[in-house]
Order: sequence, then structure tokens, then C-alpha cells
Amino acid sequence: MAVIETKNLTYTYPGGTKPSITDISIKIEKGEFVLITGPSGCGKTTLCRCFNGLIPHFYQGELKGEISVVELKVTEHPTYEMAAHVGLVFQNPENQLFALSVEKDVAFGLENLGVSREEMRKRVDVALNLTGMYDLRERSPYEVSGGQQQRVAIAAVLAMQPEVIVLDEPTSFLDPLSARKIFEVIYELNKKLGITVVLVEHRLDLTAKYADRIIIMDEGKVAADGETRKVLTTEEVRLIGVGIPKATLLYQMLRKDGIKLDNAVPLSSDEMANLLREAFKTGD
Amino acid sequence: MIEVQDVYFTYPNGVEALKGISLTVKKGEFVAIMGQNGAGKTTLVKHFNGLLKPSKGRVLVDGTETTKVSVATLARNVGFVFQNPDHQLFSETVEQEISFALKNFGFKENVIEKRVTWALNLLGLTQYEKTSPFMLSGGERKRVALASILAWDPTTLILDEPTIGQDHQQKEKLRQFILQMQTQEKTIIIVTHDVEFVAECNPRIMLMRDGKIVADGEGKEILTNPEVLSEASIVLPQIAEIFMQLSDTGLPRNVIDIYKAREILLKTLEKNPK
Repeated sequence: MAVIETKNLTYTYPGGTKPSITDISIKIEKGEFVLITGPSGCGKTTLCRCFNGLIPHFYQGELKGEISVVELKVTEHPTYEMAAHVGLVFQNPENQLFALSVEKDVAFGLENLGVSREEMRKRVDVALNLTGMYDLRERSPYEVSGGQQQRVAIAAVLAMQPEVIVLDEPTSFLDPLSARKIFEVIYELNKKLGITVVLVEHRLDLTAKYADRIIIMDEGKVAADGETRKVLTTEEVRLIGVGIPKATLLYQMLRKDGIKLDNAVPLSSDEMANLLREAFKTGD
Repeated sequence: MIEVQDVYFTYPNGVEALKGISLTVKKGEFVAIMGQNGAGKTTLVKHFNGLLKPSKGRVLVDGTETTKVSVATLARNVGFVFQNPDHQLFSETVEQEISFALKNFGFKENVIEKRVTWALNLLGLTQYEKTSPFMLSGGERKRVALASILAWDPTTLILDEPTIGQDHQQKEKLRQFILQMQTQEKTIIIVTHDVEFVAECNPRIMLMRDGKIVADGEGKEILTNPEVLSEASIVLPQIAEIFMQLSDTGLPRNVIDIYKAREILLKTLEKNPK
């Protein structure tokens, strides 16, 4: 079942002179982990805003083409209805936090869905623990650091247990170890519970290894779409200037230098180290 | 030159963010401050331009104690680009945003025009001159905030998380720009989590944890020391991690540069031709 499907989706912001996304036709299946990347300003965030109906319900402007998420036509269902199915974590956590305490912020979505008190308690605690915010649950979301705010925003979405989680650079303010932990939590939710994940990221060093599939956008259009290992080694990707992981880049450089390395393109340092270890052995 | 002498800082809500920091950043140095969330990195750099004053201890900028001068006076020499551009942007157009400080500092009209054009061009924003900053993407807004500070050419530049939301090419431009600033003896201090960016720039690194500095040294030394890094919640850059994992095969451990990595691997693998 396609969880997200768009057909020739084109959108122009109010007062915009040209569309921010043009003719996007993609299909994301249930349980996929999809990475969306591309140069800054290429339309990634705009596309995410379509997935939960912020476009066209909150942002006016002109939307053409079709979009359905969990088989609901986004244009015909209000954002609050979409929110039960699609969790969106914004780039800037301040745009999404507002409650008096971290805990209340995480519980807010559940209150609106009319979840029982016990169930709410359970889900909020699980989400706060997963994101490492449990000890700070009584604090105001405005008192905690930028990175901690990002964790609160992620916890709020996790607590909703939606079918699809859309994350727009969700860990940009986080230190690398915390970012890695968050990505691992998201990866686990994807693998264990089958939650579909759409992740927008520039930092492929941290994220490429989690994604089954990568969509590369450029100037509002889809420039490449396919299996992560294949797409990252294509010529188009190099030309668009996507920052591929250093391990992948080193692999490509050595292959070009004529070094024989296995065909499995590495996406992480572990994979690259293993390939090199094999190469050292065969050389002996 | 920035001198921090045994500085403590406690926020009004009682949170003790800095617990005895002493450091010196010399003119023309390039320093990256790294460390886990909530370690006090932003609090520390806000002391460098007088936005925050120490609860205890002293901060001197070019010999003047920050408590003795206004933030406006310090700002002429110390430019500060915030982590979140929305804390900084307020004008109706990108061009007005960039010219605002220049007007306040009393630059001449024709100089303002030239500087705005220069800054727009440098950061790839020329096409947005008449656009509202709030119409732009997160990454683009970040660049507008940077452009508005660069335009007045401060001698010290503090960049709080400059690579957030920036794509590969913008990061490369930023790196080139920092290198260029280095040749003019500008002092650059960045607060960042971006290990790959830092590995490419190879600055002096200060690691913070829980309001204190836990390590201070050359980039290559610190970025290849997993014990010290994990204490500050930082991971190894990919190249360093590959070399560390293979250190039992006789490869050196302190490699962070991809070109250096290639050179070493080519030598090693060619010694054992198939």
C-alpha cells in the first residue's frame, strides 16, 4: 500500500514568482525509510509541508496536482485529521513547542485525540525516555537548549504513534552522539513497528546507512530516486553537489585509482573498514 | 584577543552554565568549540561580545573588560551570528537586513551599497535582494544572518552552528571563506557539532562538558581520540573511524583528511599488488 502518493504536485507560495516544487510524482510504500536530500532551498521542506496538509490548509498559495497520504486526499482533510496519521518534526523546534512544561507539550497531541489518561501517561513516558528528556519533563520547553527542544519535538511526535513520521532535519541542533541515538530510535521504530519514515537531511554521513531509498531534489524537482547505494554513486548526484558520506567518497576515489574493492558500495565507516580489511587480506 | 579568566555564570533561574572557564584566543586564531547539548557552549561565546557578563571572573576583549563597555561598542569588533537565524532577522527585505547595521555604524551610503552587494554575492543571495527573509528556506535565512554580520567586517567573528541546514556546497564556501578570513588575521570562533566540517577545517578544538573545558588542542589530535570525544558526546569523523578500526593492520590512527587517507591506502595496497 502506498502511504504517500503524489502526482504532478506543484506548489507556489503566496506572492512567490515561481513554484517551490514542480511536478513531483512519488510513491512511498508502507514501512519504507526514505531519505530526502538536495541543495538548500531545493523544496524539501515545502514538500514535507504537503505531507500533513500544512500546505494547502495553513499556507495558502497555489497547489496543483494530487496528493494522498494513508489514502486520504490531503486537500480534503484538515490538518488536525491528518495529524493523527502523519507526525511532522520541524526544522526549527521553536515553531512547534508552546506548552508550560516539556511533559505537557508531549501530551498535547494525545489530549486532542482523546486518549485515556493511563494510556497517555504510558505513551508520554515512553517517548520522553526514548529521547532522553524524562529527567527534564517538568522544565519549560523554552528553558532547555536548542538540542533538547528538538528532542521534545521528536518525543511529541513519537507519542502520537502515527503511521508516517516526517522529520525535517530533526537533529540539526543536537550533538552527534545524541543525534545518532535519535536516528537509531527512529530506525528501530521503522524496523520493529513498520512506521514509515521520511527523513529530510543534508548530513548523509550520519543518515545514509539507515535509508532503503533516497530521493534527491534540485530546484523543486526530483533529480534522482532509488536505492541509496546506487543513487549516491551516480554522476548526477556528484553534479548537484550532494555531500555523500566520506566513507562512500573514499571508496569511489580508491576505485578510480584502480584499487580492487568489493562492489558493495559502503555507506558507513564500518562498512568501508570491512571492505579495506578484505582488500588487505587478498593482497597478502 | 579574547581572555577568559576563571569565569562562572549562573542564569537567573539558578542553572549554573559555566563553572570556572579559563582560556585565551589569540588574534588570528581559528577555534571550534564542541561538546554535548547544554554543555554551555553558547553561554560561553555570548560572553565574548558582552551579551552575557560573568557572574564571577573576568572576560577581556582586546584588553578591555566586557563589563566596562556597551555591547554596541564591542559589536563593532566582535560579530556574532546566532544559531537560530530567526533570533536575529527582522527586516522587510534581505537588502535592508544587511544594510541595517552598516547604517548604525555610520558607513557612507556608497560604501553600504558596495558592502551589501559583496555580502549578497559571497553567500549566493543576490537573487533574494528584494525578498523578505521570512520567505526563504532555513538554510538561506542562516546565510542572510551571516551576510548581515560579515558586511561590517568585524575583526572577530563568532558563528554559532554555522553549518546547520547548509548543503555541501554552501559548507565548502563557508570553509573557503574562513580560510580567506584567516589570511587577514581575523579571529574566528565557531560553535559546532559538525565533526565532518571540523575535520575538513582542522582548527584548534575546545571540548566542553557540563560547564567546563575538558580538552583543548589541535584538531587532528582531538578528533582521533575516541575517549575524549565520547566524554563530550562527539563522534569520530568517518575517516578517523575507518583508520581507528583498522589500526590493528598497522595503519596510523591520527588521520582525518580524506586525501591523506587515500595516499596512505594507495601506498599500503600497492605494496601488496594482486
